[in-house]
Amino acid sequence: MIGLTHYLAVAAILFTLGVLGIFLNRRNIILMLMAIELILLAVNINLVAFSAFLGDLVGQVFAMFVLTVAAAEAAIGLAILVIFFRRRGSIAVDDVNRMRG
Amino acid sequence: MIAIFAFYLFATLTIASAVAVIFARNPVHSVLWLIMAFFNAAGLMLILGAEFIAMLLVIVYVGAVAVLFLFIVMMLNIDFAQLRSGFTRNLPFGLLVALVLLAEIIVAVSAWKAGPVTGNVQPAEVTQPNIEAIGELLYTRFLFPFEIAGLILLVAMIGAIVLTHRSRGDVRGQKVWRQVDRRPDEAIKLEQPAVGEGVKL
Repeated sequence: MIGLTHYLAVAAILFTLGVLGIFLNRRNIILMLMAIELILLAVNINLVAFSAFLGDLVGQVFAMFVLTVAAAEAAIGLAILVIFFRRRGSIAVDDVNRMRG
Repeated sequence: MIAIFAFYLFATLTIASAVAVIFARNPVHSVLWLIMAFFNAAGLMLILGAEFIAMLLVIVYVGAVAVLFLFIVMMLNIDFAQLRSGFTRNLPFGLLVALVLLAEIIVAVSAWKAGPVTGNVQPAEVTQPNIEAIGELLYTRFLFPFEIAGLILLVAMIGAIVLTHRSRGDVRGQKVWRQVDRRPDEAIKLEQPAVGEGVKL
């Protein structure tokens, strides 16, 4: 029988893969954004799994909010990426020192 | 039986696609694997009975976010081979961090299972379809957060347009007011040029 733990395991592996993707592709910011999407997907799976197994719909409502924020984040992140590429001609994270951070 | 089979199918494919997203050499392939992962995650949520979130995942993630990624990857002419240079150098440390994180999550889950954090809550009896129930919740108890979510999307949309918009000086656009302001007496001029001379424009 498939229990809550199965879903939590899938979400945990997915989350870990997302973090691994951020660590491995340290210079490719597009892949880092994709890894963040994977992490948010893992969070969503967790929320929906708990919501289903506890019989409480609030988890699914919050999964929808997470989805909204993920979409907004992707749009803004890619817009920043486009203007950065237009200025510098590269998307290497090492070159991001405009703001002297 | 079919539910168990479907769970393992979707779960395996989700994780395999996530691995492929990270390790694909071509970023376009990465985006396509990401789409695959989203589809399979939507399948997982369908098994859980969350039909609305599953459809939202397909529409929003696959239809909007992944396509946006695809556009950006194909639009920008980026040398991706050069960007991958630190990949093998980062591999051991990255794997270490990932393994520690996974172990932590597993410990947390087993601790949650052992402790009396939640009682044995029986799932509520399903009386109405998932979408109806979520809609009722969204428009009553979560009305204000729902409006805020809409506002966030509006800000993101305007922000993306403002960030990427640039006004170019070298284009010759249509000046509508000058076309509207034209009068026949200043637009048409009768000339009778002499032989051998042109008309001065």
